[in-house]
Amino acid sequence: MLASEIRALFAVASRPEVVSLAGGMPNIAGLPLDAVGDVLAKVLADRGQVALQYGSGQGDPTLREQICDVMALEGIRAHADDVVITVGSQQGLDLVTRIFCDPGDVVLAEAPSYVGALSVFRSYQAEVVHVAMDDDGLRPDDLRAAIGQLEQGLRRPKLLYTVPNFHNPAGVSMARERRAEVLEICQAAGVIVIEDNPYGLLGFDAEPTPALRSLDDGVIYLGSFSKTFAPGFRVGWVTAPHGVRDKLVLAAEASVLCPPTFSQLAVSTYLATEPWQQQIKSFQEMYRERRDALLTALDDMFPPGAVWTRPAGGFYVWATMPAGLDTKAMLPRAVTARVAYVPGTAFYADGSGASSLRLSYCYPTPERIREGVRRLADVIAGELDLLETFGGPDRVRRPMRARPQAPAPDTA
Amino acid sequence: MSHAGTVLVLAGGLSHERDVSLRSGRRVVEALRAAGVETHLADVDAGLLPALQADRPDVVFPILHGAAGEDGALRDVLDLLELPYVGSDAAACRLAFDKPTAKAMVAGAGVATPASAALPHALFRDLGAGAVLDALVARLGLPLFVKPARGGSALGCALARTPEDLPAAMRGCFGYGDTALVEEFVDGVEIAVSVVDTGSGPTALAAVEIVPDSGSYDYAARYTAGATRFFVPARISAAAAARAAETALVAHRGLGLRDLSRTDLVVDAEGTPWFLEVNVAPGLTETSLLPQAAEAAGLPVGDLYRTLVERARTR
Repeated sequence: MLASEIRALFAVASRPEVVSLAGGMPNIAGLPLDAVGDVLAKVLADRGQVALQYGSGQGDPTLREQICDVMALEGIRAHADDVVITVGSQQGLDLVTRIFCDPGDVVLAEAPSYVGALSVFRSYQAEVVHVAMDDDGLRPDDLRAAIGQLEQGLRRPKLLYTVPNFHNPAGVSMARERRAEVLEICQAAGVIVIEDNPYGLLGFDAEPTPALRSLDDGVIYLGSFSKTFAPGFRVGWVTAPHGVRDKLVLAAEASVLCPPTFSQLAVSTYLATEPWQQQIKSFQEMYRERRDALLTALDDMFPPGAVWTRPAGGFYVWATMPAGLDTKAMLPRAVTARVAYVPGTAFYADGSGASSLRLSYCYPTPERIREGVRRLADVIAGELDLLETFGGPDRVRRPMRARPQAPAPDTA
Repeated sequence: MSHAGTVLVLAGGLSHERDVSLRSGRRVVEALRAAGVETHLADVDAGLLPALQADRPDVVFPILHGAAGEDGALRDVLDLLELPYVGSDAAACRLAFDKPTAKAMVAGAGVATPASAALPHALFRDLGAGAVLDALVARLGLPLFVKPARGGSALGCALARTPEDLPAAMRGCFGYGDTALVEEFVDGVEIAVSVVDTGSGPTALAAVEIVPDSGSYDYAARYTAGATRFFVPARISAAAAARAAETALVAHRGLGLRDLSRTDLVVDAEGTPWFLEVNVAPGLTETSLLPQAAEAAGLPVGDLYRTLVERARTR
């Protein structure tokens, strides 16, 4: 891994003087730590010998049953046998990619796509082909076109990787009526769908939209407790068809022997003894307030010509700047002004996204969010001034090099 | 028994080079501790001054890169607090940190430095960027090296080989600061000469030659272990090496620097060393140049840092 200028700039974002709209850390300040402490004590008191021992490679059976209850909130009917617990859903994606992808295989992903997924695909030398989105998420017509174009070159994509709810980084959701169509297209083309759904229960306005997996048992579903409970436990899961599940368990055992037992029992006990659905509601309220603060500040202060998405849940707004502005080149100016964001190029495998950026509202308070947007608006004005002086980009667009362009997971 | 007393290494800060500074700082802390010196590490933030006043170290070792760390501001504050520190004083830092100023001063002492112009963004806006860039190309030719007038680690630097490369290079540079230094490109062997003063006057260590695998000694090439090959001493003639050492000493003395500095140079085909810039807070990470030069000279960095600390303490 190469040292990255961009990653180095994020080192400054962790300082309290900087308003970081860059990271994706959930704001777990809202968690009742005393209750969580009781849960941990209970795990050790009641099941200490189990909690501190190796466990099953597939994960704790009780927790797998509870996960089925969690997934039922999004219309998924699954059996505990179909669930494999992983070290965060990130490991789930890693294992699925390891099983399916050989070097050179094509993975379809939204444009833009989750940066951590792009890292996984890159590490298995898979080629990512982006599929366009609009305000209703992944565009079926573009999905068809992408598959058609690949077939003309006698290539068939293996996977479609999608974040259908409150997309990271785009902030949009796949419309309910599109879901069946996307599944049909993939089924017809023999493309396996990976549904990554860490934010599905963090919607602000309506009941959760039925998951893709609820419409098609062939979908490989990635779930996580990182946003609905706490990321420090590193507990996520994969729900997969039987044939895939067996391979996943073997791959997981080869990778980590078993997911952390203590964490699993902690999550399981938390689900069994604490009002976790109530906690999710309070997370929703908190994030809604922050989303509102960000959107209001953007409406008030961002320059004409900039556009942005209006998420109905999750953590992120995707903003696109007036033409010609390069958000990566602008980042040092932003850091000087004590505000941070993630440049759009981080979310593309092909070097595009230079005029966009991701703003996260999950961690800073509403007041800080507004202050951050104020600073960022000044930074954009300065950059537009430069653009006016020197004209638009002449640089040739280059595919992203293997340098991290997004903050580390522990960046606020 | 150490005469160094307690040392507070300052690293981090809010500059673009925070990450590098933290890496340098941790290395220095480790080396000083291994050399038997009681050493602590602190960031530069609102808690620093109260902490310094409550628990005064015997010596401060500032390892801050970029503004505030290298422009002398922080050292002025240390002077106000009458705390001895390793390295150059504030006035010398101010001269060295501003590359156009440093170039003018060493040129005055007879050192070769690439022809250049230091131009603020406002000037391009007022006069029209096209006309100014045309004049630059007409006067300095191509390729041109564009870098922020202040700052380090190659951040915001770009080589423009064609006139079409220039606008993007300028935009990238102005992201890091308001003034750009546009320099004639000198082709040759890239070297760095570190100067240390352990008590018998400033001494130039052997030149380190820098050969980045990517061809460009950019941020990634600097701080990725294995991404750049180094040769100590540099593969240049003895005469060129002597001239390079002399150039680094002229810069160190001419700018009134103290304790340690690193001068970056290019040695052309005729063996002439061209001065590019001098650093008052040279990187001290595992891939940095000064530690390599010191080790090659048989001077363990722990001993070197301890000696510098002891000298600062008795100043």
